[in-house]
Amino acid sequence: MSENRTVSVRGLTRRFGANTVLHGLDLDLEPGSFTALLGRSGSGKTTLLRTLAGLDPAPGDAEIRLPAAVAAVFQEPRLLPWKRVWNNVALGLPGREVKPRAERALAEVGLARHRDAWPATLSGGEAQRVALARALVREPRLLLLDEPFAALDALTRIRMHALVLDLWRVHGPTTLIVTHDVDEAVLLADRVLVLDAGRIAADIRVEIPRPRSHGDARFVALRRRLLAELGVEAEVIREAA
Amino acid sequence: MSEHALGARESLAPSLPRAVLPRPNLARYRRFLSPLAIVLLWQAASMAGLIAPRTLAAPTTILAAAWELLVSGELPHHLLVSLARVATGLAIGVTAGIVLALISGLSRLGEEVVDAPMQMLRTLPFLALVPLFILWFGIGETPKIALVALGSAFPVYLTLFAGIRGVDPKLAEAGRVFGLDRRGLIRHVILPGALPSGLVGLRYALGSAWLSLVIAEQINATAGIGFLINDARDFLRTDVIVVGLLVYALLGLGADALIRAFERRALAWRPNLIKA
Repeated sequence: MSENRTVSVRGLTRRFGANTVLHGLDLDLEPGSFTALLGRSGSGKTTLLRTLAGLDPAPGDAEIRLPAAVAAVFQEPRLLPWKRVWNNVALGLPGREVKPRAERALAEVGLARHRDAWPATLSGGEAQRVALARALVREPRLLLLDEPFAALDALTRIRMHALVLDLWRVHGPTTLIVTHDVDEAVLLADRVLVLDAGRIAADIRVEIPRPRSHGDARFVALRRRLLAELGVEAEVIREAA
Repeated sequence: MSEHALGARESLAPSLPRAVLPRPNLARYRRFLSPLAIVLLWQAASMAGLIAPRTLAAPTTILAAAWELLVSGELPHHLLVSLARVATGLAIGVTAGIVLALISGLSRLGEEVVDAPMQMLRTLPFLALVPLFILWFGIGETPKIALVALGSAFPVYLTLFAGIRGVDPKLAEAGRVFGLDRRGLIRHVILPGALPSGLVGLRYALGSAWLSLVIAEQINATAGIGFLINDARDFLRTDVIVVGLLVYALLGLGADALIRAFERRALAWRPNLIKA
């Protein structure tokens, strides 16, 4: 693996029947970077993420280099309802002494006292924090987030954004978040990719210093530019505002 | 069903004024009033000579007969014989059901080999196999146990197979991302996910096993609750017949309670049990 790349993808093409979802896609992610992948539904962003997570087999002609330690958080928490919270966090962890590690990860997401709870008793936000702890406890080099906050209410989402940024700063995994929410992308990431028809249509650095605010002029400008990339007309934006 | 009704009544209680609170207890006992009244009417009718003893014995006569059978050791003896038949048949049938469900649930090849014949066989009313079983296995213990085993294998197979296939593929996917291999997936995701469905099957299997036992014990038995009933029929002892029926009912209830207790432990994670 080259030293300045955590992820390197060359010529990734994915077809489902006659439908080409990814079209000779190239992608490089730098170590410790936080990248957002924006795209309309059907743009292939979930397919790309699934390939990176190893859930879909990579086609033979593509060249894909990934770190060994990959973890993911999905749109739904996907906790095993028959395992207590800490067992869910420790799921599949190799070695002994997994319980203290799971407990430490739970403490980091602020759920130490829920370690023995059943997943069915958690709120949506709590369950998603457990999913985050389950990903972090593996100390991943690559953290994949597949619209992890889409199903949460607005207030919980704000808290989750802060939590994800804190954890990213402390642990420093290369992070790729798939989202259709432009605000979320601009708020979190230092690089935004726009996926369109299976190709990366835009690759934009976010130079706004953190903490970022929705009112910041640079924020507003970037947001407008990204919406335009996604094909949302300026008039629609103005009317909605 | 009755549990739901009770639960609803209890959940209403906090909204009632304090003075009315003792009432729900009375309401619980009220449920037993009408069965009690029926038994009292039955007793009165028997004593008045309206119900002939050879039609149906009086409740007191039945109680006396039960006591007599119990003290003489006759009832415990027959009970043990019947229990041994059910236990053996269930052990064989449930094991076979589980093994077959695992084979066809966990592999495509297994499904092709096992599932089609199982689905065809299950449409057969298994009690209709009695004549064939007598020809195959004679009239000893074997056909009785085989009938119980057959009756209990199918519910376990069908529900466990459906349970395995019904496990949320998203959970299996998450398991794979977090490093579970096939064995880990089966152990941590698929089997626990299929357990609730499998336990429903086990309850059906128990019901089916008792039914099979009743039929099986009509086949030339020399011991067992069924023998007790058949023997009593020859002597017009309706009291003993009713004692036998009551024992069958109690056994069924007991087995169901056992499974429920197991469910409460094994499925403690289910939302409805957490709240309870």
